Amino acid sequence: MHIPDGYLGPATSGFFYVVMLPIWTVAAKVVKKTLKAKQVPLLAIGAAFSFVIMMFNVPIPGGSTGHAVGGVLVAILLGPWAACIAITVALVVQALLFGDGGITAIGANCFNMAFVLPFIGYYLYKALSHNAPLDSNRRVLAAGVAGYIGINVAALLAGVELGLQPFLHHTADGQALYCPYGLQVAVPAMAGEHLLIFGWVEAVVTALVIKFLQKQAPELLTEGRG
Amino acid sequence: MKITTKLWIGLGVLIVLSPLGLLLPEHFKAGAAWGEWGVDEIKELAGYVPKGLEKLSRLWNAPIPDYAFKGWEEKGLSHLSFAYIISAIVGLALTCIVALLIGKMLARKGE
Repeated sequence: MHIPDGYLGPATSGFFYVVMLPIWTVAAKVVKKTLKAKQVPLLAIGAAFSFVIMMFNVPIPGGSTGHAVGGVLVAILLGPWAACIAITVALVVQALLFGDGGITAIGANCFNMAFVLPFIGYYLYKALSHNAPLDSNRRVLAAGVAGYIGINVAALLAGVELGLQPFLHHTADGQALYCPYGLQVAVPAMAGEHLLIFGWVEAVVTALVIKFLQKQAPELLTEGRG
Repeated sequence: MKITTKLWIGLGVLIVLSPLGLLLPEHFKAGAAWGEWGVDEIKELAGYVPKGLEKLSRLWNAPIPDYAFKGWEEKGLSHLSFAYIISAIVGLALTCIVALLIGKMLARKGE
């Protein structure tokens, strides 16, 4: 889901930088108010987890690959705004150091994976686990569902962003200037592979870590309580 | 043992296991993620290289492109796995440092 340089036209790339600037600003303000000093290591662990879990490419035999983002998990533990910052850090490091995701696409990639994904996942988890005891299986299930839906909405958005490009930018004879595939190809591809495979990876990763934390450190699960 | 210690150990385990993210796709003959193809792959898939894409794709020269060392493209999977682990260590460390700095800057003191 890391859109590389060249797949989005300047209008789309610029648009998502403009959209992300106020989101990053609000994230910094909210985190300043809510993050406790003792939670700082957890923020770093969350960012690091997101970074490394994205390296675990899962293959579709003979086809493409994909991976979990871990963003819903970070949101459950630290809230969606802190998750936004943590995932943004991971995505920027991936883009600058490893060329995983484009420099021009940082706005769009952060919108999909560092904003939409943790927010959808967080509020879904909150709704599904409403009033459930910290050690309940309902929380594990809620975390899995939230992970699945969160990454799928993000993948769908990436598909739409990519799929709009041939429509937005093409030469007089109809050749695309950026992503060559339109909505009718990009959306089913991105949505389909995440619905079938990669969404389940995010679901299992999120649910397993929540299960582990229920046993080891239930106090970490109080953020998403309500 | 403190929970953060356990989580750091967990991250260490993930670093060691990270080459699975390289070896499994290789074993199952899976290619790039959808929409993340290089210029050569695009040409094969779409029949042409979009002009804007060609230009923009060269915009940034990452120091460790695709979690592999430059010039190691032709080396075997064991070399690539080694580079992958080093990439995981470097990337994870940098991510941690930046997140710690941001967290320290923002967090409420004394709590």
